[in-house]
Amino acid sequence: MSFKPDHEIYRRRFSRNLGVGLCLVAFVMLGFFLTVEKVTRGNPLDALQGKPYVAAPVAP
Amino acid sequence: MTDIQAQATPAEPGFGDFVQLLKPRVMSLVVFTALVGLMVAPVHLYPVAGFSAILFIALGAGASGALNMWWDADIDAVMRRTRNRPVPSGRIQPCEALGLGVALSGISVVMLALATNLMAAGLLAFTIFFYAVVYSMWLKRLTPQNIVIGGAAGAFPPMIGWVAATGSMSLEACLMFALIFMWTPPHFWALALFMKEDYSNAGVPMLTVTHGRRATRVHVLVYTLLLVPFAMALGWMSIGGPVYIAAAAVLNVWFVVGAVRIWRRDEVQAEADKYAVEKAFFRFSLVYLFAHFSALLVEAVLRAQVYGV
Repeated sequence: MSFKPDHEIYRRRFSRNLGVGLCLVAFVMLGFFLTVEKVTRGNPLDALQGKPYVAAPVAP
Repeated sequence: MTDIQAQATPAEPGFGDFVQLLKPRVMSLVVFTALVGLMVAPVHLYPVAGFSAILFIALGAGASGALNMWWDADIDAVMRRTRNRPVPSGRIQPCEALGLGVALSGISVVMLALATNLMAAGLLAFTIFFYAVVYSMWLKRLTPQNIVIGGAAGAFPPMIGWVAATGSMSLEACLMFALIFMWTPPHFWALALFMKEDYSNAGVPMLTVTHGRRATRVHVLVYTLLLVPFAMALGWMSIGGPVYIAAAAVLNVWFVVGAVRIWRRDEVQAEADKYAVEKAFFRFSLVYLFAHFSALLVEAVLRAQVYGV
């Protein structure tokens, strides 16, 4: 028993859905890493080790 | 009795068709020049912010490409070079191209503002507006100087890269802009000289159609001569140096020689060798721009590695 191969239209639709899905995942990851970099001022490793990464408020 | 109905295959674009809508070849030039603008700047961004800046400048360029393909679908359908683009070939509906262009414009501008600064995002928004509205919708079908003014849109990326890094404008950024701006006319007019049927069939008022081929050859030479001082001036700026000056000197002499050869020829000579000189000039113009920006990149690396600046 054999199944008929998918029409080409499904292949194109799948490529589009996969592409859009991967772009969305990449966009979310970029947003995450950009946020981490901005919040930690470019030193995410220091932040992970508990070092202060936000400037302390200036004493009045 | 059997009814047999011919059913047209509905347009079902693949992901590649949408990528093609963003003009990836133009985008590669945008990525490279914006990267150079970002790298040669005296201030450096964090890596992810720098990557984001390049990505969203490229996406903004892609968005304006999609808007251009939406607006120019009628012209593209006539020209041999462009008739297989996604919209004129029917793979993508015009409204889809418009939607993608508008959505990507918004995303790229907002994200560039968040990743870098408002000035860079404002410049990117202006670039998209300039290419899609001022060039595509207004000037392209109106004046033979369309290439000259439209060239500004392609000249903005290195300036945006610089502004993304520094947050301010400078003479260096303006000269990088001027280099691409002045380079665009001879580059495209050389193309128009050997793609003559395409532009005249589409009714685009290219200089070759409105003012004739002799005038176009003169224009190629004049604009090439006007380009030289801008290209050389970059060498004496803070981002230039001996490597750039040496490279620019050789490239500009070669480019001017090519322009003079185009100027000295007539149509009989050009037809005889199938526009070999014009085609060679067009190919070299790509090398010319790439090499200038590569030399700026080399200078930036030298400053960082050798001089420690």
